[in-house]
Amino acid sequence: MTQPAPNHVVLDPRFAPPFPEGALNVLRNPQLRKNVAHAIDVIQSKRGKLVAEKTDWQELRTAASALRAHVLENLDTYLEEFEARCTAAGGQVHWAADARQARQIILGLLRQEGAREVIKIKTMTSGEIQLNPFLEAHGIKTYETDLAEIILQLGDEEPSHIVVPALHVNRAQVREIFARRMGLEHLSDDPQALTAAARTYLRQKFLTIPTAISGANFLVAETGAVAVVESEGNGRMCLTLPRAMITLAGIEKVLPRFDDLEVMLQLLARSATGERMNPYTSLWTGITPGDGPQRFHVVLLDNGRSAMLRRPVERQTLKCIRCAACMNACPVYRQTGGHAYGSVYPGPIGAILTPQLMHLHHAQTLPYASSLCGACYEVCPVKINIPQVLLELRSQVTNQERHQVARFLDPMYLGLRVANLLFARAWRFHLAQRLGRIGIRLFTRKDGWIHSLPGIGGKWTQTRDLRGFPRQTFHEWWAARDKEAK
Amino acid sequence: MRASLFITCYNDTLYPETGRAVVALLERLGVELDFHPKQTCCGQMHANTGFRGEAYSQAKRFVQLYRDTETVVVPSSSCVAMIRDQYPGLFEELGNETLRSDFKALLPRVFELSEFLIDQLGIDDVGAYFPHRVVYHASCHGVRALHLGDRPYRLLAKVRGLDLATLPNVERCCGFGGTFSVKNAEVSSAMMAAKLQDVVSTGAEYCTALDNSCLMHLGGAMHRQYAAMKTIHLAQILAATESCPVEALA
Repeated sequence: MTQPAPNHVVLDPRFAPPFPEGALNVLRNPQLRKNVAHAIDVIQSKRGKLVAEKTDWQELRTAASALRAHVLENLDTYLEEFEARCTAAGGQVHWAADARQARQIILGLLRQEGAREVIKIKTMTSGEIQLNPFLEAHGIKTYETDLAEIILQLGDEEPSHIVVPALHVNRAQVREIFARRMGLEHLSDDPQALTAAARTYLRQKFLTIPTAISGANFLVAETGAVAVVESEGNGRMCLTLPRAMITLAGIEKVLPRFDDLEVMLQLLARSATGERMNPYTSLWTGITPGDGPQRFHVVLLDNGRSAMLRRPVERQTLKCIRCAACMNACPVYRQTGGHAYGSVYPGPIGAILTPQLMHLHHAQTLPYASSLCGACYEVCPVKINIPQVLLELRSQVTNQERHQVARFLDPMYLGLRVANLLFARAWRFHLAQRLGRIGIRLFTRKDGWIHSLPGIGGKWTQTRDLRGFPRQTFHEWWAARDKEAK
Repeated sequence: MRASLFITCYNDTLYPETGRAVVALLERLGVELDFHPKQTCCGQMHANTGFRGEAYSQAKRFVQLYRDTETVVVPSSSCVAMIRDQYPGLFEELGNETLRSDFKALLPRVFELSEFLIDQLGIDDVGAYFPHRVVYHASCHGVRALHLGDRPYRLLAKVRGLDLATLPNVERCCGFGGTFSVKNAEVSSAMMAAKLQDVVSTGAEYCTALDNSCLMHLGGAMHRQYAAMKTIHLAQILAATESCPVEALA
């Protein structure tokens, strides 16, 4: 794949700019920031109300966390069980070790179907493997059927959220995209008019394109079923009209029993969209003669997941059920939106998932894209301790970088190495305090404040002043007081 | 009761008035206070930036310094969170059995200031007088790591003359985040701007917190923007009395 043009949002961690740079592009776009903050605040307040009405919320979280941890402990067993049940029900299971393999499998299946066009239920996993551009390059047109994904596809935009991918686009912008791409000059920005336009556009696709691609919210090992939850009914349409269905799912999506959906579905809708229940929950098991797709494939994607499974701290990342509660709660995401993360998985979960999917060869700035405020962990329905994983990844990034010659004089690395030497002995620390107090006088103005610092300190003083150092440290004061007392 | 003050590296260097306030406050309440002269840093800055080996040596140093101490009081919730949440992992990975057992014995004796006042001394009325309108910034580590809950509010409610303002979005991060504030300076500043808007909207004269790190960030921005508000550590409010106002301790 070729490197995308500059100025276009890049959701491929291999080519995306470092997080601070990506964030800057967003911070300079006040309309986008306003759209993101508004949408996030609406979802957050809905979620807050619905979580509050569940008296057993914490028990549900504990149950879901234990369930997901159990799945990860026994992933091989449950995947094989799923494969056996799905196959017995008439489905075909394919195993993809990485993104390239998954793309090839899906392309092969589409060619087998003779497909020139394919309709899609929203799947972030297909974004993870860059499926759409790959299929388009191989002559197969993809049509998204989720309303938000249609907006993005027609507007040549990238998703900025995993549940509400067009969260950064407002109503007026949707109207503009639809009017331009659907040839509807007089379209109003009334939500009903906009959805009616999308419906007309979609009906034609549903009725003429016989091949569909979906993701999966859950795979049920016990029955071999695939579950997709959605809000618009487009998923239901894709499961009814097409003759062939290809489901792409990460290997971690499996649940042991059908009954486990009881716990997961209660948490998912509340966490994701602030609803008691999502409007459509579709489950399908293999094929049913005369009803729905008659050819059904599941592509199980590893793409770095089994490597994560081997690491005790990072493993919990795979408990994720993609509800996006963490990004909705994240004060960083609230400012930057999703594009800054350079991946289809933004926000706190993206900050831990993306670098691991890249085996830490890319996206090394993402673990630092957090103030470690802990809001993500607090809302996570499966209790992923995201701050803990962020710290683990930061330590790995530091170990990677600390021996690089270029980092030797990097002020952050130099500063922290020196600070470590100082903190090892009190006299060294105290000497540094005294020298620092003298040195900082050069930068301290008459009002006793520092308004501008050179080098890395300038990052601080670009928006903040710093009070000048006091004449006496606390320990000096204490020692003087002690002396006086004696 | 005896207690030893772990002042923390940045309070020692940048905010000695907070330390002096803790001394005045606790001695007024009859605590026999001690100060270990060899203390430096808890290791939080290194741990949070990914320097795990360095963080470990500082964590080890902390435990060795304080293992025989009756009670340790720390006027910084993020440093206490470092000790509670990160030391176990560091010692599990890098430490030995002696260190782990010393730490296990020490941990229940390490308290953040408001925990020490409410849970150990059993006092919410510390006899303070501070006739000002104040807004409390609930720092992330206080809320989500230490679960301080209503402790700081109970203390503030009993301060005579104090008019406590309600802060909208009180649990949202201010954007400081340690080295985050320079590694992601622009995002940190955007978060700070959002927080500052909420803080300033209260019309308070003072913004207080249990972490001078957040206050350094917010106060620095207030000074830059000529805001009519100052920052002050909660210890300084609690130390202030009619006969000894906050200025006398500064």
